Amino acid sequence: MSEVVFANEMDEEMTLNMGPHHPSTHGVLRFIIQSDGEIIRKATPDVGYLHRSIEKIGERCTYQGYMPYTDRVDYVAAMFANECWASACEKLMDIEVPKRAQYLRVISCELNRISSHMVALGAMAMDIGAITPFPWALREREYINDLIEELCGARLTFNYHRIGGVSFDMPKGWRDKVFAFLETFDPAMEEFDRLITNNTIYVKRLADVAVISAEEAKDWGLVGPNLRASGVAWDLRKEDEYSVYPELDFDIPVGQGLVGTVGDCWDRFWLRCQECRESSKILRQALDKIDEHPEDDIMGKLPRKMKPTGEAYVRVESARGDMGCYVIGRGGQEPYRVRFRTGSFTAMGIVEPKSPGLFVADLVALIASLDVVAPEIDR
Amino acid sequence: MTPADIFNKLQGEFGDEVVFNFNDGSEGDKDPWCQVEPFRIEDVGTLLKSDPALHCDYLECVTGTDFPDDDQIQVVYHVYSYAKKHRIVLKAFLDREDPVIPTLTDVWSAANWQERECFDLLGVLFDGHPDLRRLLLPEDWEGHPMRKDYEEADDYHGIPTIRPNPIELFSISLPDKDGAAEEGEAEGVADAETATAVEEEV
Repeated sequence: MSEVVFANEMDEEMTLNMGPHHPSTHGVLRFIIQSDGEIIRKATPDVGYLHRSIEKIGERCTYQGYMPYTDRVDYVAAMFANECWASACEKLMDIEVPKRAQYLRVISCELNRISSHMVALGAMAMDIGAITPFPWALREREYINDLIEELCGARLTFNYHRIGGVSFDMPKGWRDKVFAFLETFDPAMEEFDRLITNNTIYVKRLADVAVISAEEAKDWGLVGPNLRASGVAWDLRKEDEYSVYPELDFDIPVGQGLVGTVGDCWDRFWLRCQECRESSKILRQALDKIDEHPEDDIMGKLPRKMKPTGEAYVRVESARGDMGCYVIGRGGQEPYRVRFRTGSFTAMGIVEPKSPGLFVADLVALIASLDVVAPEIDR
Repeated sequence: MTPADIFNKLQGEFGDEVVFNFNDGSEGDKDPWCQVEPFRIEDVGTLLKSDPALHCDYLECVTGTDFPDDDQIQVVYHVYSYAKKHRIVLKAFLDREDPVIPTLTDVWSAANWQERECFDLLGVLFDGHPDLRRLLLPEDWEGHPMRKDYEEADDYHGIPTIRPNPIELFSISLPDKDGAAEEGEAEGVADAETATAVEEEV
């Protein structure tokens, strides 16, 4: 897994290869680390092991037919890539989405946000060395997987959203199941906080490690939880007011440096815990409000032929931040160009400039706290 | 500021030879965009970021698109301002044979990886980029896959890039209406045998 190469017997600098099959790299990622003992001089990420040319595939699929591929952009939070692609096509073709479908999108996305954050939190704790929180977090994720499976039939690559709406309405009794889950989830988060977030060892391990300032975060294009942990109160759900988010009441948690400096690894961990609570709030409201809109009104009117000309750029707030989709149509059945701008991709860019001076073990904490998912980097 | 205001300000600063061709997003293109003369892109970017009224501190997306019909490659920059909440889309049209454009890494660090990806997949050369290597593909990969005329090589270091189509290997022939079912079955078996032979060869 790792091998050590001494460049020069007299020099203390050595080159350490980490990955691509390293358990802490969240997929297939490789780092070439130049280190002086335990201290990193430079860590160069080597990505692309999971490159599947999803953008090129998009040029050969019809607009509807591309939807299952978007699941694979980010398989931990597939719902957002679905939503992103659907909204990009809707913007390009001026399609209206019924309110009920928008609510279903918000509900499915927020469920997915919680489950994605659960993987991020559990895996990060495990990377640091705390094994117990991982199964605790995955237990909650398991409930959500069951719920989403009832909704759309899939547990990982959902393919639930459609251009113009969603594929299925809620099954009977599903709403009560979600409420029942949320009743257990909120106390579970309190428990999780007691177990790991406020654990003294954990706090000491992560406070003041790999601090990213607000300026740096903006400059390097960090988005989503990573940006907010650096103290920038910016959330697309509030600022862009897309979908039905303006009708819902929720807060944006921002990194405050409660145990160290704003923008350290612990802030990024804590912020995701808070976001799960906000998602739970959103879910309760959305489930209450969805019945103001008629049942089974889940698909908008689609043009008979989907052959748009023009271009559109759309972004949604995914679990890993601002996910953008840029689509160009030139009158054909297939899009002329598809581009996905993902949060993990830009987050990886900051690893190299942030790494000098870190301990090798802290690099693991940095990667885990950025919550990168390898297929989202490589696409 | 609306995109039109941003365009007017940029044009006032640099003249209509550098920033021109404003499209207000009313027709097919849903986001207002304007064209920028490629060799001045860095100046335009610097002004966008440093001017207090523009304050565009977030480079969202760098996209390259190949247009062989027009013999050009377009590089599209989506730029956004967190403080002012406005956006402008800049487009630079490059010569397809010799796509060169100055880098924006000195303005926005986020451009670093996005430009590397654009170089990797489309072969656009970003002049002055500190580390213009392939990002997603292996260093010794040939060609730039997102170009429209790209054709994948048959193999990469002896690894075939094309698999035989399994549907073509196993052809199932249905019985004729006249009742020649046995013949059909025999054919199917023969096909399956050849298929295994082909598989072994592969």
